[in-house]
Amino acid sequence: MRFLIPAALLVVLLVFLGIGLTRDPREVPSPLVGKPAPAFDLALLGEPQRYTQDDLKGRPVLVNFWASWCAGCRVEHPLLVKLAGEGVEIIGMDYKDTDEAARQWLQRHGNPYRRVVLDAQGTAGLDWGVYGVPETFVLDANGTIVYKQIGPMTEQAWTEKIRPLLQGQKS
Amino acid sequence: MSPRHWALTLLLALPMLAAAQPPAEEPPLTVQATLDAGQQERYRRLIHELRCLVCQNQTIADSNAPLAQDLRSQVERQIAEGRSDDDIRHYMTARYGDFVLYKPPVQRNTVFLWVGPFLLLLGALAIALRQLLRRRDTAAITPAAAPDPQALQKLLDEDRP
Repeated sequence: MRFLIPAALLVVLLVFLGIGLTRDPREVPSPLVGKPAPAFDLALLGEPQRYTQDDLKGRPVLVNFWASWCAGCRVEHPLLVKLAGEGVEIIGMDYKDTDEAARQWLQRHGNPYRRVVLDAQGTAGLDWGVYGVPETFVLDANGTIVYKQIGPMTEQAWTEKIRPLLQGQKS
Repeated sequence: MSPRHWALTLLLALPMLAAAQPPAEEPPLTVQATLDAGQQERYRRLIHELRCLVCQNQTIADSNAPLAQDLRSQVERQIAEGRSDDDIRHYMTARYGDFVLYKPPVQRNTVFLWVGPFLLLLGALAIALRQLLRRRDTAAITPAAAPDPQALQKLLDEDRP
């Protein structure tokens, strides 16, 4: 009886510590989930018109912040190419990059993006709360952010989190 | 205090030395705007209470990560534009969440964070008080009973090989 209370406290503490071990401190929950996509008005790679948050509405899309200098973007790239092949619309936000480097990178590794938005100064990245590429936002047809993937997109995140969110939405 | 106690005390005091180290050099102002002395003071205070999300355990004042530089110039620009400290904090939390603030706000999901330590302290004090009272009571009530010589002898005999 004497040792029951400390033992119980220890068990509670261990459970909390155990939960802590399974969590990634780099994944900061985004306050933008559930909110409309932040405004931007930027140029496109290889196209004359400009692109704004309104162009993201009308169908579910993935908005993928990437850069040619980003190692994690290489990791997720084959998966993005595969998803694009399956008909998923991905808009690339080329974060703090140059047109030329982006073009060469896409030529070498393949282009999964329906459009590539040039965020050369990282201003859109700032408004979207991006703190390290790659980051991928999932938008529903109303242009509302429903999920944020921090770090490279993974098969697991796609099948377990993102695809179920997009199902039931018309594409 | 014995030498061992002294050594232990010094050991425990070591982290305080680390905390007492002079702060790292201030990052310079970067935006082409002139802040007056009061505004520069606000800039310094704000960049010390905002977290760099890339490095996580540094403020944006301490970090040289590109994101920290961006956030610093953002703070500077907004001060120059006449925004209040609360406006700037709101700008940051709207994008990065409360995590960006080194000092978390008191709200429903952080109440335990704020009052928890005091609850623990109260609990510890209560336990200590109870132990002290109990010890005093037992000392006052039970006089040292005279040992039973026969039992003692028995114990000694058991020890003998």
